[in-house]
Amino acid sequence: MKYMMFVCSDAKPDTDPTELPDIHKWVAENDSRGRRLTGDALAPTSAATTVRVRDGELLVSEGPFAETAEVIVGFDLLDCADLDEAIEVARTHPMAREGRLELRPFADLPD
Amino acid sequence: MRTQAPAGAAAEAVAAASVEAYPRIVATLIRVTGDWALAEDCAQESLTVALERWPTDGVPANPGGWLMTVARNRAIDVLRRATVERRKLHDLALLTPDEAQPEPEAGQDVVDDRLRLIFTCCHPALAIEARVALTLRTVCGVPTADIARLLLVSESTMTRRLTRARTRIAQAGIPYRVPSGPALTERLPGVLAVLYLLFTRGYVADGEPAFAAEAVRLARLLERLMPDQSEVAALLALCLFQHSRRDARRDAAGNLLTLERQDRDRWDRDAIAEGLAALDRVRHDGSYAWQARIAACHATAASAVETDWPTIARAYDALADLRPSPVIELNRAVAHGYAYGPAAGLVVLEAARAGGGLDGYPLALAVQADLVARQGDRRRAAGLFREAAAAVGSTAERRALLDRADELAP
Repeated sequence: MKYMMFVCSDAKPDTDPTELPDIHKWVAENDSRGRRLTGDALAPTSAATTVRVRDGELLVSEGPFAETAEVIVGFDLLDCADLDEAIEVARTHPMAREGRLELRPFADLPD
Repeated sequence: MRTQAPAGAAAEAVAAASVEAYPRIVATLIRVTGDWALAEDCAQESLTVALERWPTDGVPANPGGWLMTVARNRAIDVLRRATVERRKLHDLALLTPDEAQPEPEAGQDVVDDRLRLIFTCCHPALAIEARVALTLRTVCGVPTADIARLLLVSESTMTRRLTRARTRIAQAGIPYRVPSGPALTERLPGVLAVLYLLFTRGYVADGEPAFAAEAVRLARLLERLMPDQSEVAALLALCLFQHSRRDARRDAAGNLLTLERQDRDRWDRDAIAEGLAALDRVRHDGSYAWQARIAACHATAASAVETDWPTIARAYDALADLRPSPVIELNRAVAHGYAYGPAAGLVVLEAARAGGGLDGYPLALAVQADLVARQGDRRRAAGLFREAAAAVGSTAERRALLDRADELAP
């Protein structure tokens, strides 16, 4: 199953003083096992642009689609057997402690 | 061999067979078809057919196998009409009643379908309310209308909640599997928490024991399926000790009775014996183990005054180290009060209060009132009981506290 893993900031990060896992090791490990297809960090929401078309008119505005305290700061596209495997992948990402991760499966739409 | 059975006896036979067979049928059909609603419908259907047929045809020699065959055939009919993948139909056709029910032996690596079902229903990616409802419906076979009534929501709300949970299992990719290795150790406490929640739902002060019997049955099943996990035996023992008092918890007017006021002749001795046997199988010091040991002290005391309070106090000390909580501190204060005198109990209570852990716990006042009463200050104790009564939520509890106050200072 494919999961989009949204990497989000969090107002209450982990207070555990032990060292965070290394993101490069995490990427290398999961890429080599075929569980991570791609992913990247994103620029701050101040760099975001929102686009809509209403009644044929293009509306372009500054900022993200929703103003929230917690924002998406990156993403990883995962390919896992099931949710349990995706959770195992997510738990070792440094942002599981620094922020929070949302695992969203791809919709199973007919072709 | 079949025996002619009158309608009442046949209905009892169906009820008895369904306890074992229902979860097995649902679990097996889910594994083969992946369709939760279909599995539940077909399992239910097999019971309905049995209720029609057994009074005239007699109770079959292997009731569980008979039910499984009817459910399987029903599933084949439904799938054939829906013309789904041939693979599922093929797998279903191969399913014989006996193949579908292997009893795993200790140490053997055969995973019972019912265990898969329990772990999936209790998956942490489902909301806790969904876990409870789904376990009741799918593993225990409790009708949706009954779950709705006892969890105080409308039937349509409960139907929607169950449908959403089943859809979510498929969409989120929750696997139909028992985790292995360290993942099992991590997931088992969550499963036990759902079981215990299911059990205690039956014991809220104003409610009737709703699902307590189901929880006990489920704990027995889980222990049989996971004999190496002795925390399951501990939970079973704890539930059985509490369950043994179900007929003694209220007086004739329906008011709650505290342990020392209960008629111990009305405690269920069979449940206590089964609980003690389960406790004997516990090989570790987890939180359910300590709670079960405490409950065992109460269950085996010939009278309230003969209770082994020093053992209970030590168990609460261990529990407080293991899993500190306001409720445990309160009980620790009570236990120390009985074991070493009211002053010792008040010391524990004041220490917990000073830590701010008991803010908003009206029962802290009740415990204090009881200790003060035993020190001889009846007027002050009555005042504290009335203060506690004003703050509790349930009518039965309020009544019990006001009665105590009136006895001390009318």
